[in-house]
Amino acid sequence: MDLFLPESGLVIWMLIAFLIVFVILAKAGWPMIMGAVEKRNAHISESLLAADEANKALAGIEQKKQETMAAAQAEQIRIMKESQELKAQVVEEAKLEARKEAEKIVADARLKIEKEQAEAMAQIKNEVIALSVDIAEKLLQRELSDKPSQSAYIEQLLKNNHPQIQA
Amino acid sequence: MKNVLKHSILFLFLALLTLAPSRGFAQDEEQPKKEKFDAKSFIFGHTGDSYCFHITEIHEHPVCVWLPVIVKCKDGGGWHCFSSKHVCELKEGETFSHKGANFFIEPISADKYPGKLVEVKADGGISRPFDISFTKNAFGIFLVCAFLLAFFLPAAKKYKKDPMAKPTKYQGLVEWLTYTVLDGIIRPNIPEKKVKKFAPYLLTVFFFIFFANLFGLIPFFPFSANVTGNLSITVVLALLTYFFVNVFGNKHYWKDILWPDVPIFLKAFPLMPIIELISTITKPFALMVRLFANILAGHIVIMVLMALIFIIGGMYGAGMGGVMSIVSIFMTIFMTVLELLVAYIQAYVFTILSSLFIGMAQHEPEHE
Repeated sequence: MDLFLPESGLVIWMLIAFLIVFVILAKAGWPMIMGAVEKRNAHISESLLAADEANKALAGIEQKKQETMAAAQAEQIRIMKESQELKAQVVEEAKLEARKEAEKIVADARLKIEKEQAEAMAQIKNEVIALSVDIAEKLLQRELSDKPSQSAYIEQLLKNNHPQIQA
Repeated sequence: MKNVLKHSILFLFLALLTLAPSRGFAQDEEQPKKEKFDAKSFIFGHTGDSYCFHITEIHEHPVCVWLPVIVKCKDGGGWHCFSSKHVCELKEGETFSHKGANFFIEPISADKYPGKLVEVKADGGISRPFDISFTKNAFGIFLVCAFLLAFFLPAAKKYKKDPMAKPTKYQGLVEWLTYTVLDGIIRPNIPEKKVKKFAPYLLTVFFFIFFANLFGLIPFFPFSANVTGNLSITVVLALLTYFFVNVFGNKHYWKDILWPDVPIFLKAFPLMPIIELISTITKPFALMVRLFANILAGHIVIMVLMALIFIIGGMYGAGMGGVMSIVSIFMTIFMTVLELLVAYIQAYVFTILSSLFIGMAQHEPEHE
């Protein structure tokens, strides 16, 4: 039965030793361990939350970037289209201008030709006149000798060669 | 598996062969009668407390760590403090005289004060002095306590220095151990707001019991003291639990004990309050006995298996003793592995019941 009776000496030693260890661990042991672990847990969950938010923000930025890029692309296409149109317009205008110029040149040339023709006609008229005068002179010189025949001859000449002058 | 069995049988056979000649000798020669193997002293000497820490014996000369004996004699003899060497080495019938008082240790087979230091009174009778000797178990307690401090304090210091630093492997182990108990045992039983208040006690109790159990299983110095298999230790642990349950118990808990919700005639004549008060004592009492009995039983079974070798050897000769030793060793290995499990289970059970009782005394009713 001795086994089932607590021994006073051992009880005292146990009480002293256990209480000392309990007090030391309760003051300087467990709270530090638990505190640090809980602090770290909190830190980790905060960090995870922050990372999540950062990820979300990043996704937003990515989307913005994509949007900007799409806009830029659209702008580029628009600008290119515009320039194409401008180019076509310019070419069209140039063509129009060229045509006008060409027409003008052609018209000028025609005018000039007409003028020259008129001049040439005038010159020819003059020469005809001179020739006529010459002929008349020669005829006059001959007429002095043979008047009727000479007149008939002039008539004949005029009739044959220059019907227009006859009037 | 088959191979292992074949080898074991072969081994047993060879063991028998080697022992055969010695048996022959034993029969031929008239061996001087050795003292009979005393199983009771052997078993209780190893599972009980002791004034010295017996390590081994060399040439029948004991190698011991002599622990101090501190006693106060009852009849005004005052305090005595001496090395246990003087009393442990006494032959039967001898006494050790110190400052006018005579002491000796009763043998374990004695009816009264077995294995304890007693004082010889003037009339020749014996009396037990007030004994606060630093015994083997006291040594065991201090070893466990020192280990707890040495194991947990450096980690706590590291945490205090830099709580956010990456924990080392050692800190990881400490964290794992602490949180296994905290999340597995304490949190489910104690209201979350009170966890910080009671966790230190419950954690200390768990690790004290757990390491004391483990140290008790290591069969050599400075371990092997059967700390938790001693009622003096478990009674202190149970008293502390009783203290934490009842001193910190809230109003509701005390109302349930002293004025429970039962018909008035049951509590006016204070039947229920008395039953309830007794129940507050039986709970820690059960804790105390459960831990003590489980650990002591495990140690006794192992010691019985060892004693069987000598009992069988004494009855049927050294040959059978040799065979028995092989059986015993296998059984002892099995028991030791089982005891490893028990070491954890008992620490777990003590802590979970303590936290349950403490938690029940903290419980706030949800209605009202």
